[in-house]
Amino acid sequence: MRYSLYNLAQNALAGHARWTPVWRDASPRNGYDVVIVGGGGHGLATAYHLAKDHGITNVAVVEKGWIGGGNTGRNTTIIRSNYLLPGNTGFYELSMKLWERQEQDLNFNTMVSQRGIINLVHTDGQRDAAARRGNQMRINGIDAELWDAETTRKHLPMLNFDNARFPIKGGLVQKRAGTARHDAVAWGYARGASSLGVDIIQNCEVTGFVRDGGRVTGVETTRGTINAAKVGLAVAGNTSRLGDMAGLRLPIESHVLQAFVSEGLKPLIPNVITFGMGHFYISQSDKGGLVFGGDLDGYNSYAQRGNLPIVEEVAECAMAILPGVGRVRVLRSWGGIMDMTMDGSPIIDATPIDGLYLNGGWCYGGFKATPGSGFVFAHLLATGRPHHEAERFKLDRFRSGATLDERGAGPTPNLQ
Amino acid sequence: MRLTCPYCGSRDISEFRYLGDASAVRPRLGTGSAEPPTDLEIAEISDATFLRENPRGLVHELWYHTGGCRAWIEVRRNTATHDIMSTRPASIRAVTASRADRQPDHATQSASEAQRTPPA
Repeated sequence: MRYSLYNLAQNALAGHARWTPVWRDASPRNGYDVVIVGGGGHGLATAYHLAKDHGITNVAVVEKGWIGGGNTGRNTTIIRSNYLLPGNTGFYELSMKLWERQEQDLNFNTMVSQRGIINLVHTDGQRDAAARRGNQMRINGIDAELWDAETTRKHLPMLNFDNARFPIKGGLVQKRAGTARHDAVAWGYARGASSLGVDIIQNCEVTGFVRDGGRVTGVETTRGTINAAKVGLAVAGNTSRLGDMAGLRLPIESHVLQAFVSEGLKPLIPNVITFGMGHFYISQSDKGGLVFGGDLDGYNSYAQRGNLPIVEEVAECAMAILPGVGRVRVLRSWGGIMDMTMDGSPIIDATPIDGLYLNGGWCYGGFKATPGSGFVFAHLLATGRPHHEAERFKLDRFRSGATLDERGAGPTPNLQ
Repeated sequence: MRLTCPYCGSRDISEFRYLGDASAVRPRLGTGSAEPPTDLEIAEISDATFLRENPRGLVHELWYHTGGCRAWIEVRRNTATHDIMSTRPASIRAVTASRADRQPDHATQSASEAQRTPPA
């Protein structure tokens, strides 16, 4: 059903008793052309683009829990395309352009809010680095502005400009960046894919791969064997576990990232703000809660929860730039499982195993990539060739030396 | 989360800095000759540097007691539950022992041999 003001009014008059399910809760069939493992934003977006762009509809998405229940349901909703390195710059802008048309494409309210982002700078060196990144963006046709302290103070007067330790000197601004409603993104892609014929199969955990010689020809699941000409993995957080089932060791460590929501406040933060002297980011949801997060806890974890030292550190960062939130109460906190790679950049590539393709390694930045990731992974699955905006996300780039080291931290996943 | 430093006792996790997989052993490269590394040697060192098992469950990992005695500790921990099974001082013996628990992916010299010969 196509949503419109007309059928919204009709259904309201009918007491909302006639809405049909947003997607088919499908049962697994014997086999498909493509099985996508992972019903998060990336997996669902991939299925949608396979059907929409390539006419490949004999597709199943298998999800071990409920769709969007992993990192898609846990992130801090930020979308942006302000990356520095060639290979990343173009990809995230591809994704941003898809965000901009997502609600029209999907006929679904994903609450894409291009409210802008500012990366605060606190030293001359940081300002120079911000200028460099801004220029790199502009050379690639991406919007970027460098604000000085005065301009920043005009827009965001509540920030702590004269902090002796971390004075705010300005920031790099991308106005087209912002936030989107993460759950709705999963539901929107699920609805889009399902309406085009894709089977979305929940409560279906992959336990192994079906092999024919060396080739992967299907998946073993808790709901039976499902054959597939191609299998695409989109299970970031659990990529190593699936890789292990296929006999692959990967350049990934799974780490916990915590996130937080405060009690609802009147509008305070109109955009997304990131701290320059620590890893910290904050915005305000439409319900009024401050949505914020910071650094990884730092140790390998699959627990989807973290510990108090990083909670304290995140709170310290918040207080450094926005001391006015000092008495705001935190409502809830949670954790996700990050696929931390050895250079901080993702992996979208065929694996050395015929029939098996990998989309993972998103570190803590996967949500903004959701539309772009689905688009390019569908391209890879459909054509067997990487999309040119994703061709540097190779699995073997660590051995070949072609790493995308945005942070320059070396092969230490918890420092990316 | 707390770790029991073998020297200092039970301490909060914030006193420690995480390194990673204790079983990651860098293979010894060549004999110090001027020959460029072979493809196999490049593959071995690349794999040892970049690839990880990353299990959901029991791991051996290295932590550094930066806020205390500054010893390196080998920790056995469960990544699904954060339960700490045991801690002991990191040592060459410990590293070799943990590699012996697993099937080696490729032939490497033992860590103790690598330690004895200075790099070229």
